Amino acid sequence: MKAELILENGMRFDGEAFGYLDAQVGEVVFNTGMTGYQEILSDPSYYGQIVVMTFPLIGNYGINFDDFESYSPKVSGFVVREKCHESSNFRAEMELDHYLRQHKIIGIEGVDTRALTRVIRKNGTMKGIITTLKLTNEEALDRMNNLDLSDSVYKVTTKAAYELSGGSKRIAVMDYGVKRSILNQFVERGSYIKVFPADASAEEVMAFKPELVFLSNGPGNPSDLTEIVDEIKKMIGEVPITGICLGHQLLAIALGGRTERLKFGHRGCNHPVKTIHSGTVTITSQNHGYHISELPENVEATHISMNDGTVEGMRHTLLPIFSVQFHPEASPGPWDNHHLFDHFLAYAN
Amino acid sequence: MPLNETIKKVMVIGSGPIVIGQAAEFDYSGTQACQALKEENIEVVLINSNPATIMTDQSVADRIYIEPITAEFIEMILKEEKPDSILVGMGGQTALNMAIELKEKGILDKYGVNVLGTPIEGIIKGEDREQFKMVMNAIGEPVVESTIVKSIGEGLEFAKITGYPLIIRPAYTLGGTGGGIADDESMLIDILESGLEASPVSQVLLERSIKGWKEVEYEVMRDSRGNKISVCNMENLDPVGIHTGDSIVVAPSQTLSDKEYQLLRQSALNIIEAIGIEGGCNVQFALNPLSFEYAVIEINPRVSRSSALASKATGYPIAKVAAKIALGYGLDEIRNDVTGVTMACFEPSLDYVVVKLPRLPFDKFTTASKVLGTKMMATGETMSIGANFESALLKGIRSLELKIHTLKMEKFESVTVEDLKESAKNADDERLFVLAELLRRDYRIDKLVELTGVDRWFMDKIHVIVKMERALETLTLQDLDENLLRAYKKKGFSDEGISSLMKVDTSEIKRMRKIWSIIPSFQMVDTCGGEFDAVSTYFYSTYERYDEVEVSDRPKVIVIGSGPIRIGQGIEFDYASVHTVKTLKKMGYETIMINNNPETVSTDFNISDKLYFEPLTEEDVMNIIEKEKPIGVMLQFGGQTAIKLSAHLSKHDIHIFGITEEIINRTENRDEFDVFLESIGVSRPKGVILGNKQEGLDSIDSIGFPVIVRPSFVLGGQGMKICYNREMLIQALDAIFIRDYSGFVWMDQFLDGQEVEVDAISDGESVLIPGIMEHLERTGVHSGDSITVYPAQTISKTAIEKVVETTNKIAIKLGIKGVINIQYVLRGEELDVIEVNPRASRTVPYISKVSGVPIVEYATRAAMGESFGSMGIQAGLVPFGSRIAVKMPVFSTQKFTGVDGAVGPEMKSTGEVLGIGSTLEEALYKGFISVNALKGNVKPNILMSLSDVTKAVLHELLSSNSLEQFNLFATPGTAGLLYELGILAVNVIEKCEDLSQTHFDIVINTVTIGSNIERYGYSIRENALKRNIPLFTSFETFKAWLKAYSFDSEQKKIYVL
Repeated sequence: MKAELILENGMRFDGEAFGYLDAQVGEVVFNTGMTGYQEILSDPSYYGQIVVMTFPLIGNYGINFDDFESYSPKVSGFVVREKCHESSNFRAEMELDHYLRQHKIIGIEGVDTRALTRVIRKNGTMKGIITTLKLTNEEALDRMNNLDLSDSVYKVTTKAAYELSGGSKRIAVMDYGVKRSILNQFVERGSYIKVFPADASAEEVMAFKPELVFLSNGPGNPSDLTEIVDEIKKMIGEVPITGICLGHQLLAIALGGRTERLKFGHRGCNHPVKTIHSGTVTITSQNHGYHISELPENVEATHISMNDGTVEGMRHTLLPIFSVQFHPEASPGPWDNHHLFDHFLAYAN
Repeated sequence: MPLNETIKKVMVIGSGPIVIGQAAEFDYSGTQACQALKEENIEVVLINSNPATIMTDQSVADRIYIEPITAEFIEMILKEEKPDSILVGMGGQTALNMAIELKEKGILDKYGVNVLGTPIEGIIKGEDREQFKMVMNAIGEPVVESTIVKSIGEGLEFAKITGYPLIIRPAYTLGGTGGGIADDESMLIDILESGLEASPVSQVLLERSIKGWKEVEYEVMRDSRGNKISVCNMENLDPVGIHTGDSIVVAPSQTLSDKEYQLLRQSALNIIEAIGIEGGCNVQFALNPLSFEYAVIEINPRVSRSSALASKATGYPIAKVAAKIALGYGLDEIRNDVTGVTMACFEPSLDYVVVKLPRLPFDKFTTASKVLGTKMMATGETMSIGANFESALLKGIRSLELKIHTLKMEKFESVTVEDLKESAKNADDERLFVLAELLRRDYRIDKLVELTGVDRWFMDKIHVIVKMERALETLTLQDLDENLLRAYKKKGFSDEGISSLMKVDTSEIKRMRKIWSIIPSFQMVDTCGGEFDAVSTYFYSTYERYDEVEVSDRPKVIVIGSGPIRIGQGIEFDYASVHTVKTLKKMGYETIMINNNPETVSTDFNISDKLYFEPLTEEDVMNIIEKEKPIGVMLQFGGQTAIKLSAHLSKHDIHIFGITEEIINRTENRDEFDVFLESIGVSRPKGVILGNKQEGLDSIDSIGFPVIVRPSFVLGGQGMKICYNREMLIQALDAIFIRDYSGFVWMDQFLDGQEVEVDAISDGESVLIPGIMEHLERTGVHSGDSITVYPAQTISKTAIEKVVETTNKIAIKLGIKGVINIQYVLRGEELDVIEVNPRASRTVPYISKVSGVPIVEYATRAAMGESFGSMGIQAGLVPFGSRIAVKMPVFSTQKFTGVDGAVGPEMKSTGEVLGIGSTLEEALYKGFISVNALKGNVKPNILMSLSDVTKAVLHELLSSNSLEQFNLFATPGTAGLLYELGILAVNVIEKCEDLSQTHFDIVINTVTIGSNIERYGYSIRENALKRNIPLFTSFETFKAWLKAYSFDSEQKKIYVL
């Protein structure tokens, strides 16, 4: 069935619909990873977004039920140049098309994704709609205007707290949309984890007597999340805190820093990041639309992006606080920074 | 300035002659490395014996030595030049081996030379199988388990650990006798029994079989500070078992999930950390398709063919970055030239698919066994870039220039499914088409996957193409609509492919495309998947929506490259293409290069103003011409590949510089050639054109034996035979016409004489002759396979004058502007023209270097309309220099089974070396050292089997040479001959079986004239090839060798170019 991707600026890309045939709006972002579509689809940080894959052939190795980052796909829509009809991999259990259809997510293929990527790069991230309906630009815009992503975190966080045991170190994980592989990294390293819903109060968290509080990744704009920030503020100084991505940004705001939207975000598996104290560069997996534009007081950058010089990691000079913007758990992406989880755990009391 | 400021002068070791497995990729990487060094104001001293390369060009290095790559000569250069450092990671296996030898001999320490890049210890760790295994064990990276066993018990013990299947290879047996693959214990016992029996030392190598595993490669880099990146990964379509050089390779991997991708990436990075790589490294993995299990097959601790491919596939200049790392830079300090904003410390993200196809020489070596295995046989490769896999594959197929545009090979239509299955199991150069044919017959995909080990994903894609092809066969032009045609174009079908399946004229398809404006859009290779606004000038065609190319309003010239390297069309044409681009740039034109060979310098996106990585077919080239609207096209420098396009381009009124379709016809069309030569009073051997075999037999009396027959429009004398009698003629003509040859055949009088070759430049008014070369072997040996001497040594002054005069006449009367190559046969002072090529030839780079005349530059200027006067140069014969330069062919024939090592009219060599000397003897000496035929040992063992040499010739040889200085061996007949001439000390080798018992340093076997089946002779040659013994099949070559042998090696000198 014919489908269209209509952008906020009125540009239209036509293609064929796959997955769940309907119309869905979202923020249109591109990801340059050549593998890892399955992890991307199910990464809660992509909630509310229509993801464009720059690699042209998607679905080659199908869908398996081991590599998900959450229990369901979180993207609003998926844009590819060519989806694979017949996957091939020893773990493939399902085709991409069927998986998206079951989860009511629309995909569009046959799009010149390179051209689309260039548009996003030039104009910055825009809203868009993938639709099988014939919509005028006005109609499309109407639907886009209804898109409100300010409560994304609450949509993807766990409904109730739960525990995972891999050992004895007590880690409180604030689930703003946590990726499964982050939890796995902690569990593999002998942690006893309690995962809290995003709206859990500082008191509830502290009642767990955590040796470390970990602020997870998640979707949306950190400055929309004032209540969460308030709870974090209460924990600062009380317990060591580490974080990744949204967690890192929230921490910065809680400490008095500022965040800003990036023009088109960092999304891919090939982002070089320099560790300032050692001077070494590693390749990281990234997925963020915001960055820390102003570091808080008594906080220093530990990592910077080699591509645009933005802050990729920070640490408090007085308190046991350390967080990174990129994704050391990878999934998808290079494993260069798995060791950072040791580093996080070293902060535990 | 380099970070390490003690580096001021660096010696770079090149890779020597082009042989199979070590080809133009090292010219590309070496040139890039030299330029990277020069950018840092470092003085570059280069040694390479290969004169056809761009790296040995004056502009690339400061001090160039075209000398044998041996420890002895390198030491002489070190002594003379006193470099502080040496760079060995750019010259392939040759340079690495040299580095190890120099280190072991203490030469590096003696001259205080520091090794840049990966330290020698690291190289050894990567190269030595035992050490490598130890390092891998230490870091827990799995290798293919193997062990040597001496009994069945030991074998079973090993099998308990590894499981089955196991490969059994008995030690020291030829061709794997007694070996096999065991799937279970009883098979293992059986095979071990026979294997232990077959091995003279009762030893058997047991290796875990990873047959059917996926082969995946990673190109990784590490700097001296330990920063590491993976530039590109590649997946072989063919599973483990076929050399990656002969495999279809796809970048990036297509069937690996992120888990597998990262698993192998991490392993590759762990390995280069453990080895201590400082620069580039290639890591090859076998990956079990049914689990996460993998094994490291091997690593190449240097740049390689794969790194050249990865560079072109991603736009990431591995060799350049490796050179900068060697100077001390970190990956984070080297800029990414493609984006202009990011650094070299990142991993390219591709938003297209790349397919590499091997170019195998079985069109040339028709008798060779074509089954692909672990020994590489491809002479070259093509790379293609597509928006999808199908288009990349189809582009690759047409880039091979095999006159095939689809996956349909007519000849398989009549083959039974049973036979096709057999062919599918034993991969050869046509397996892709066999798979397609099987799918066309509705053979089950899953079965085919099982049969071949080719991943289902690739099989499905082949199936997609086959289904589309099948649909086309039932379509008429009326059925075609815009969407359908666009769908075919998107999947990479060429107009010719579509029209041949629809059985309509190609122009009809093009016409429909124009009506519906289905024209390609060109997209950019930018290393970053569009994430950054790149400054790249590197493009490929798609039928996607948006075209990214910005066409300037500057006058543009399109230069057509020469495609994949094959026997007869090698790296020389890349040299010429690059130089014409450089000249055109200097002249102020915008230059646009079209080529599809990933190994070469011409496809380095820094060379031309724009690079289109595309097939060199009429359609693909016209698409770019229509897009860019150049003032004309340069065809003279891209070999036959480029020249072939002239008819089509002329038909479309595209201007061709310097030559015209008429000029080309006049040299290639025999009738026109005859008329032309007659009109200017130049003689050539008598000849006729044959349309079939009978015509040959009818007209032979008017010419008389011997005759030389050859198909028209071929490269390197393909299918060419000299016939001395009727029987041979029938055989030769049968062989040509049976191959469904639709062209015509030339049958010419064969003149036995001295071959003389000239490369000349004409500005249309007068002619500049940079040099006259003579061939050491007599006519009948292809010019590419003969030893060529410059300047000509034995030709009289009168003859030279005659050559100059005739060359002038031909060039001027042809009306060519630019470069021309003419081959003559000289008998006494009688001169006949054998061949005229209105284009750059194989000898252009060599003559340019030794004569000092920049042939391509002058020819380019002339083609663009400049006169010698305006260039400020004098026409005429350039005075000979004081040095003598000998070009010697290098063969890769030993890589094949079933190919005769004898030289003849059909070209067989893959590369060449140059020997430069003050005397002919010195030049020959260096040449023979470079081709490994002179090892400086006392009293070498020489085997002689002379079939056609008369007593008189031998007598003449003996009058000036003593054979007593050799241990002589001879076949019975030759021994008798020698005995008659008074040489008694000859060991007679009675029969074939005795050959392998003796060590020979040189084998001379001249081929019997008039007899095709001389099995002993063939065995002798085969034996020599198998054992890597220098083989001379022309008596003149042996005489030259004697001259070289007589040279006092103490007198040798090195000469800077």
